[in-house]
Amino acid sequence: MKIPSEAVTRIAYPVLGLLLLLALWQSYIVLFDVPQAVLPRPLAVWNATVNNLPLLISEGRVTLLESIYGFLLAFFLGIPIAVAISSSRTLNLMFYPLLIATQALPKVALAPLILVWLGTGIESKLAIAWLVAFFPIVVDTATGLRSTPAEMLDLAASVRATGWQTFWKIRFPAALPFVITGSKVAITLAVIGAVIGEFISSNEGLGNLLLVANSQVNTPLAFAALLALAVLGMALYAAVAFVDIALKPWFSEVRH
Amino acid sequence: MTTSVAEAVPAPEQASDIYGRFIGVRKVFGTGESTMVALSEVDYELRKGELVALLGPSGCGKTTLLRMVAGLTKPSGGSVVIRGREVTEPQDDFGFVFQSPNLLPWRTVLSNVLFPMEIKGRLDAAAKARAVELLEHVGLGKFLKSRPHELSGGMKQRVALCRALIHSPSLILMDEPFGALDELTRMEMHELLLDIRRLTGATVMFVTHSISEAVYLADEVLVFSARPGRVSDRIRIDLPYPREAALRYTASFRDYERRAGAGLGVLHHA
Repeated sequence: MKIPSEAVTRIAYPVLGLLLLLALWQSYIVLFDVPQAVLPRPLAVWNATVNNLPLLISEGRVTLLESIYGFLLAFFLGIPIAVAISSSRTLNLMFYPLLIATQALPKVALAPLILVWLGTGIESKLAIAWLVAFFPIVVDTATGLRSTPAEMLDLAASVRATGWQTFWKIRFPAALPFVITGSKVAITLAVIGAVIGEFISSNEGLGNLLLVANSQVNTPLAFAALLALAVLGMALYAAVAFVDIALKPWFSEVRH
Repeated sequence: MTTSVAEAVPAPEQASDIYGRFIGVRKVFGTGESTMVALSEVDYELRKGELVALLGPSGCGKTTLLRMVAGLTKPSGGSVVIRGREVTEPQDDFGFVFQSPNLLPWRTVLSNVLFPMEIKGRLDAAAKARAVELLEHVGLGKFLKSRPHELSGGMKQRVALCRALIHSPSLILMDEPFGALDELTRMEMHELLLDIRRLTGATVMFVTHSISEAVYLADEVLVFSARPGRVSDRIRIDLPYPREAALRYTASFRDYERRAGAGLGVLHHA
């Protein structure tokens, strides 16, 4: 079987880039004699990762669940709210500008307050993850529902579709690419929200492990936790991106 | 060719009774100082079973007139009366073909064609059989389960045509449906349209900016001019049906094209 050269370049070049960065990292430490407590060598990070794999997996599981639940909460609360806002002119006029405005609000700043309200358990992490993931989903879904191609609405009108039929058979499916775009942003934000929650107060999760390793000046372990977070974030993003790619052909012709 | 696609087969020549009337139909966009007359008063009698081409440059109001007949746009004055009743909203037995294929990309070809029946609550075995029959008739029998993105531009517009025909409309409204197609595909679509018109006996209004397309297809061409949009000429095309591609190269065809070109102001009267 002949492997297409395009695929090889697409994998080979990023790997090459990564190796180059690792080499720079290593030579920086060797050249300037940087102590391990400040910056561990790539191999030390790798060893810390391998040696602490069970710990990273069990803590990672906590952060993963917080992120997923937070995202799902945002998804299943966000979409009905977006539907309500874009179906009712009054609600739209009242809340759409506010929603756009809240995009500028640093929602992470609410984390200490949420801790006061919900305590140090998983509830507060879910709430923070939900809070940061919620807005991109609502705003993108609402935007999608408001930008149905005019010709599709003409089609609905020409066959005398009711408002309900127009919504479920045209406006909602036509908005799905927007929902997915919002979800891609939301899933990455949900991970950030979960980690922030763990930073502020927690005794488990990768965010907590990162803090503990830091306080013990176990920098290789902190880097290992960081690596685990990166893998987790990428895996979640890839899951949403996979849905996007699987659906793309269906929506390829929804022009907005 | 299956003839069962036809639901009623009156020969167009015999069906000269009036199908619809446009009485002083006009459309003005905007309010106050910034009004724009999209279409000044049009009076016209649409004969049953005829194919009328609305020919003109962009901005001449031909699409606006078509949309008013479809019930998608309300006239600013005058009225569109179809079979004795004023059109104020889309009608159940009208079929509309849009400028772009306008298919729903998340649906299969078959399910796109069945869309109007689904909306009307008539999604039964007969509807499905008819959809399959129509798609086979336009040469897409092998693509029932395909999605629109897998089809070429001409194939998509065939699907759109089937969707407009699924409920056996008595009036088919077409808004520059072949404008985006290449010349050869467009000529194939012309044959298909004439064939469908012959089989169904439906009345057709067809918007176009192509002189030869209008002359080739129509019983009558309404020539529009812009600013303000108005009908500047009515040309009766007395060329017999069925029409064949060779007709495009005859002297009488060229004469009709010349007259239409003069009506559009692109050349002087001979």
